Amino acid sequence: MRREIPLFITAITGVVFIIAYFIPHPPFNQIQDLFQTWFQIIAAFAIILGVLNLMVVNGDKVYRRSKGWGYSVIIILSFLVMAGIGTFKLGSKASPLEEGTPFMYLFYNVYYPLTSTVFALLAFFVASASFRAFRARNKEAALLLTAAFFVMLGRVPIGDYLTSWIPLKWLHLSTIANWIMAYPNMAAQRAIMIGIALGIISTSLRLILGIERSYLGGD
Amino acid sequence: MSEKLRRKGRGCRKGGLIPLAAFIFFLFLWDGAWAEDLDTLPPSPPREVTAFDTPNDAGGSITLTWRKSTDDGTGAGDVTAYIILRAERKEGPYKEITKLPAGAVRYEDTTTKDGVDYFYKVSVSDGVNISESPPSQAVHSKAQWFNFKRLNMLLAGFILSLGIVYFISRARAGKELYIRKIAGLDAVNEAVGRATEMGRKVFFIPGILDLDDVQTIAGLSILGQVAKLTAEYGTKLEVPVCRSVVMVTARETVKEAYLDSGHPDAYNDEIVHYLTDDQFGYAAGVDGLMLREKPAAIFYQGAFYAESLILAETGFSVGAIQIAGTAMPSQLPFFITACDYTLIGEELFAASAYLSREPRALGSIKGQDLGKAIILFILGLGVVLETLGITGFSQLFTTQ
Repeated sequence: MRREIPLFITAITGVVFIIAYFIPHPPFNQIQDLFQTWFQIIAAFAIILGVLNLMVVNGDKVYRRSKGWGYSVIIILSFLVMAGIGTFKLGSKASPLEEGTPFMYLFYNVYYPLTSTVFALLAFFVASASFRAFRARNKEAALLLTAAFFVMLGRVPIGDYLTSWIPLKWLHLSTIANWIMAYPNMAAQRAIMIGIALGIISTSLRLILGIERSYLGGD
Repeated sequence: MSEKLRRKGRGCRKGGLIPLAAFIFFLFLWDGAWAEDLDTLPPSPPREVTAFDTPNDAGGSITLTWRKSTDDGTGAGDVTAYIILRAERKEGPYKEITKLPAGAVRYEDTTTKDGVDYFYKVSVSDGVNISESPPSQAVHSKAQWFNFKRLNMLLAGFILSLGIVYFISRARAGKELYIRKIAGLDAVNEAVGRATEMGRKVFFIPGILDLDDVQTIAGLSILGQVAKLTAEYGTKLEVPVCRSVVMVTARETVKEAYLDSGHPDAYNDEIVHYLTDDQFGYAAGVDGLMLREKPAAIFYQGAFYAESLILAETGFSVGAIQIAGTAMPSQLPFFITACDYTLIGEELFAASAYLSREPRALGSIKGQDLGKAIILFILGLGVVLETLGITGFSQLFTTQ
């Protein structure tokens, strides 16, 4: 029964969703919103489990003085400070989300710069990954390198500046870059998208028919 | 020539020059208010005003169409706006519900109550004068039981499902099905084996979206297979997640996998643990874990966004063998660059069936291939027909 009930719920929900997609009449047109709301409610309760897990795992690391326990201290403190200030509305009259409150101060001056910093790391990772990817080790890599050369140079003003003297416009770097993006690149992207769409249909059908059970832990 | 233009023309011929000059002089004396009073002729009204219940919708909407005033773009060419008027009785009173710019020929009134009869008039204005169309016939909105605009998708889905079910039944009957080799999935054993030999952990990152995304479910299906291997090999597994619901489901998946492989004692809840819902907070957290734990194998299976390269490059820097899989086309180049193997789009969805070798699941993959063959044929045919200038065929595949 432990397996059958989730499989039954999955099958019924899947079929109802498929039917609802083709029927605009109420209540079918409201089903998606309704299920989305249910999911949000479940997720809201589940976050308690997530937070408890975060505290237990990191608390245990601190207690055992495991490798990197100092980071766990920072996690626990950060969580307690933000959650405490937000929940008890410390320093704010109505809502902690108002401008000028301690909660928003920490948001803008701690959280925001930290996430921006991690995002900014991407620039360095792109550089290091490109360095490896654009080495012409074989034919495919050489082709990739050539395409990347045209696209990158064709997307910046200097690219057009370098080739603007050529009377044939199709030889301008920006034209070549646009052609690569609009035809070979787009064709490949669409092929991948079609494959993905078919994969989603196939997976959904497996889930609805109860063939795909790995997410429940096996056969 | 519009009625308005003809009337204007007749006025000029009959008047003569002297009275006209005197009239203009009189208007000048009248403190500049002359400009508004020159145009006293209303534009011709819109014709053939038709109101009908908007098709294929959930009700609450009536569509109105009409033919433009002959003074809109042509004739006097001075139409400035169309005004939509609505009443619940033919004789009125009519209330303005919206104003549309010149050139409009269609309006969808989405403020109707289902079952209530409405009458519509379309007025046309030239900024000074207004003329109205006769009222439309009574019309009421109602919800429809089928969206005919999606009929093509229903048929396509039906044909594809039929193909998948057919191959599943063939697989059930014991027919051997050929599935091409997927290098990334063949390497799963190798990756877990390597981690076992090195005595290091296996990391599994199930993406950053919640369980309502099919990629996450596909990722968890692969997690089940990976967890079975780690349980059999006695390798440590770590699954940091960024969604609480995913954490609960992933725990169940891993627990069942350990149970199935006969090593329930090796399982503990800490294998799957929650970090944060925040995208870059999660990336930073996983990066930190990678740098401290130095896993020998890392699996990225699910939906990823900008954090994909941050994670994959950090994994590369610690020397882990990395197997990624996502259906996010924009992230695929990053994974291809930084990982040893990448499951591209559909391969992610085929992974669970491929790894489990379960005949029915493999049958569904075969059905998927049939769908690809059909699409390929339709694409080819469409290209040929469009090249020949026959456009009707491609219209059959318009989706709404």
